[in-house]
Amino acid sequence: MSSDLFVIPFNIGLYFILVYSVVRSTIWFRQLSRSDKLRLQRGFFGMPFMQSLKEIFMESLLHRKIFMRNPVLGYMHMSLAFGWFLLIVFGTIEADFFGEKHLNPPSHAIFFRYFNPDHGAAGLPKVFGFWMDLLLAFILSGLLLAMIKRFIPGLMGMKKTTKHTWTDRIALLSLWMIFPARLLAESLTSGAHGSGSFLTGNLGAQLASFLPVAELAPWFWWLYSLSLGTFFILLPVSRYFHIPVELLLIFMRNSGIRTGDKPSSLTEVQTHACSSCGVCISICQMSYAAGINDIQSAYFVKGLRNGKDIAAITANCLMCGRCEEVCPVGIELGPMRMIERRQGEREFKPMRFIDGYGLNGKKAPVEKDPTQSYGYLVRNEPVKADVIFFAGCMTHLTPSVIIAMKKIMDSAGVRYHFMDENGGVCCGRPLMLAGRDREARELINYNSDIIWRSGAGILVTSCPICYKIFNESYYLDTRVMHHSEFINHLIEEGSLRLGYLHRKVVYHDPCELGRGSGIYDEPREVISYVADLQPATQEGSMSLCCGGSLGNLTLSSGKRALIAADAAKILTSSAPDELITACPLCKKTLGQATETKVADIAELVAAALPGPKGRARVRTKKTLVRVHDNG
Amino acid sequence: MSTVTKHVVVAGGGVAGMEAAGALAELGHRVTLIEKEQKPGGHLKQWHALFPDRRPADDVRKYLSRRIDNRNIKLFTGISVEKVRKQGHDLHIELSDGSALTADAAIIATGFDLFDARRKEEYGYGIYDNVITSAGLEDMFNAGRITTADGRTPSRIGLVHCVGSRDEKVDNNHCSKVCCVTAVKQAIEVRQKLPSCEVFCFYMDMRMYGPYYEELYRESQEVHNVNYIRGKVSEASVNINNRLVVKVEDTLAGRPLRMELDMLVLMVGMEMSQAGTRLAEASALGRGINRFLETGDHHYGNNLGHVKGLFYAGTCTAPMNITDTISHARAAVTETVRYLTTR
Repeated sequence: MSSDLFVIPFNIGLYFILVYSVVRSTIWFRQLSRSDKLRLQRGFFGMPFMQSLKEIFMESLLHRKIFMRNPVLGYMHMSLAFGWFLLIVFGTIEADFFGEKHLNPPSHAIFFRYFNPDHGAAGLPKVFGFWMDLLLAFILSGLLLAMIKRFIPGLMGMKKTTKHTWTDRIALLSLWMIFPARLLAESLTSGAHGSGSFLTGNLGAQLASFLPVAELAPWFWWLYSLSLGTFFILLPVSRYFHIPVELLLIFMRNSGIRTGDKPSSLTEVQTHACSSCGVCISICQMSYAAGINDIQSAYFVKGLRNGKDIAAITANCLMCGRCEEVCPVGIELGPMRMIERRQGEREFKPMRFIDGYGLNGKKAPVEKDPTQSYGYLVRNEPVKADVIFFAGCMTHLTPSVIIAMKKIMDSAGVRYHFMDENGGVCCGRPLMLAGRDREARELINYNSDIIWRSGAGILVTSCPICYKIFNESYYLDTRVMHHSEFINHLIEEGSLRLGYLHRKVVYHDPCELGRGSGIYDEPREVISYVADLQPATQEGSMSLCCGGSLGNLTLSSGKRALIAADAAKILTSSAPDELITACPLCKKTLGQATETKVADIAELVAAALPGPKGRARVRTKKTLVRVHDNG
Repeated sequence: MSTVTKHVVVAGGGVAGMEAAGALAELGHRVTLIEKEQKPGGHLKQWHALFPDRRPADDVRKYLSRRIDNRNIKLFTGISVEKVRKQGHDLHIELSDGSALTADAAIIATGFDLFDARRKEEYGYGIYDNVITSAGLEDMFNAGRITTADGRTPSRIGLVHCVGSRDEKVDNNHCSKVCCVTAVKQAIEVRQKLPSCEVFCFYMDMRMYGPYYEELYRESQEVHNVNYIRGKVSEASVNINNRLVVKVEDTLAGRPLRMELDMLVLMVGMEMSQAGTRLAEASALGRGINRFLETGDHHYGNNLGHVKGLFYAGTCTAPMNITDTISHARAAVTETVRYLTTR
């Protein structure tokens, strides 16, 4: 059986990757927190397992999400993943049915044609042969698209494609070799034996007409086996590790494990689950509006995976969350980047090739400079009130918003205390976005103390940045409301009487309010109550970042202006009378980028308040609803 | 000297354009001076007195009017130059009324726009009645009455330096050069006209770069008791008595400061003018990171653009004071004449 030696590279690769997968999964499992271990165990014996199987089928094999975003890219991923999967399944069944015996070693299924060169002449074997050829053709069509994507990304509707490391290149080369090698190996063998279906059979017959096919065939079986073996061995240190790891990620996610704020097994799994598909690159405003093409999530994750110094990439992100919204693998990219920011300054050590296999323990986090403190903050005596209004630092830079809010609350008869009227302490979110959680916590405690002692039932803020941290990181028994929610609440309870402004307006969802906090409907309800709200081209979960984001720690104002100009152009494409937003920072940033008037939702509502002469036609929300019901 | 009469178009009838047109006409060239406003004079029209000697701005206005009172100059007002394009040896110049001119050479003197203070909403311009700009204060000087919106005489006025200059937040990293000394001049004028009114200047640095500026700054403190506080105003608001309240960090004293004021004057900086921007974009003229026109060489070619026969004069290239603007315009004329005689 010396001629069978060619299966050795394949076997080495296959058994290596199987053992490696078990070892690495075990390490990951052991590193999980106790509660996450329990979640995973429970998940394994419950519904999450079934959900995961479904998701694996839909996403890992069919690639539904990529398909919906870009059908050609989706077809490419699907043909390679689903095609290869079916080829393995069909091949195993074929080998099981028609092989020498049941329960063959995997190499007998993979190299079935070599071991059964005359197979498939008639009957059921012929049907199988046809299907195997069809699947191979399916995969090869996807491979062709992959090659086109690599060399001419524009043809695939991709603006950019990810750059590769050398291990990625070798892995890519071996992956690209697998199926053409199989095609040629099978065709040559079929040509020598007059067997094979429409693809391998015909190609084999053609080749046999002018080539010594029988002598050539073993060389291509060797190439096929070597490609597979190389691919498997390089798999853990290449981007293609995402193929098995994504399965694990789906299972962990469905079991209820979340990224949290510290590095964990899940962050490692997410790092490896990224397929570098590049969807996040095309969607990134930093890329298409500001021409910055090396900081997107795919590069961030790749740097993380390859142990590169990514401090600059980590800091240079708007944290707008658009990439997370479209990530086909569902990686929690925002929290992942925040974890990296929290690590702070640390010694950077380049990663060796062998470290890529990740079996040599974890890096110890370096303690940050512990000297900073906000001990000098004076504690003011809080004022008792039902409603606390916290404008926020950014709102203090847009006094028109504060004036509008005062008018609205006075008009509705709200008894409120303006907490930071004479200057307040920052909510802590900018520090948190910079990864300075401990310092942020000091400010959180300071503000919490004032809010608790005021005894207020509602905390209203005009700034979505404050809103997000009040909701997520403060321990309050106060209802936190963004002013758009609060105004909507005032309208609904009938305490705010408003006229109707005959203005065509477009609403811009601030990142921290929309994607960040899930507040999409209330602002729209308020706006359509007082004005003619027109749809925007990109809104809701895919709304744009204004460019002013506090999340980016290094972006220059010139680049910000480019992003703002692009966003403003898209938002005002329907030529509205006003562009309405609900964030002082968006208002400031967009206001400088367009000729269209940019106003906060509070300003719009304040303009709809009845004037001193009461000329505006005043309605309550009920009449509005009825008008809508009657068509 | 050239004996052949050439035709030169000067875009912009402010200080630079008027000086350039006058100098060219004096040398016997035919000049078409094009001003987008109804009257020539540029920003100078609005100014009451000039630093450093506080002479009436009228003196310089009269000089410039005499300068363009020449039969070789044809003045068109209410029209702007929209595009300049090379056509053989000549320049083809398109105007906003749809007509076009052919010229042997042209000088761009489209000047600057004052920074729109509304873009720094935190200072409350356009929101609070008593927040005005340095140009608005000049209007008051011209009208001879310095009063708050409700007609009161202010007892305390604050002047904010660097509004729209040296401010990364509005994408203007450049210094507008003249605002510091304008603030000193205006502070003195307020003190002279309203001796009981306190004046505070909030500054980052005092950039007293010109002759007699430092002396003026000294005089403002020693003779006129103007107060200087080193620190940027972070925000302005109004209190219950409708008085302005500003928050400043006094960086010399190292402590935050809150101050009540009756009036806040924003020393607005210079930006590339919108008309100049339109012209530059339509004519594909290079611009620097400060968005002003980029000159051929910072040291020995700062009247030259990249189009042969097209020259730059005045604040379309960078912020400058009137003295430097007039010198720059004369230099542009020298370059133009050299081009016309040697080409």
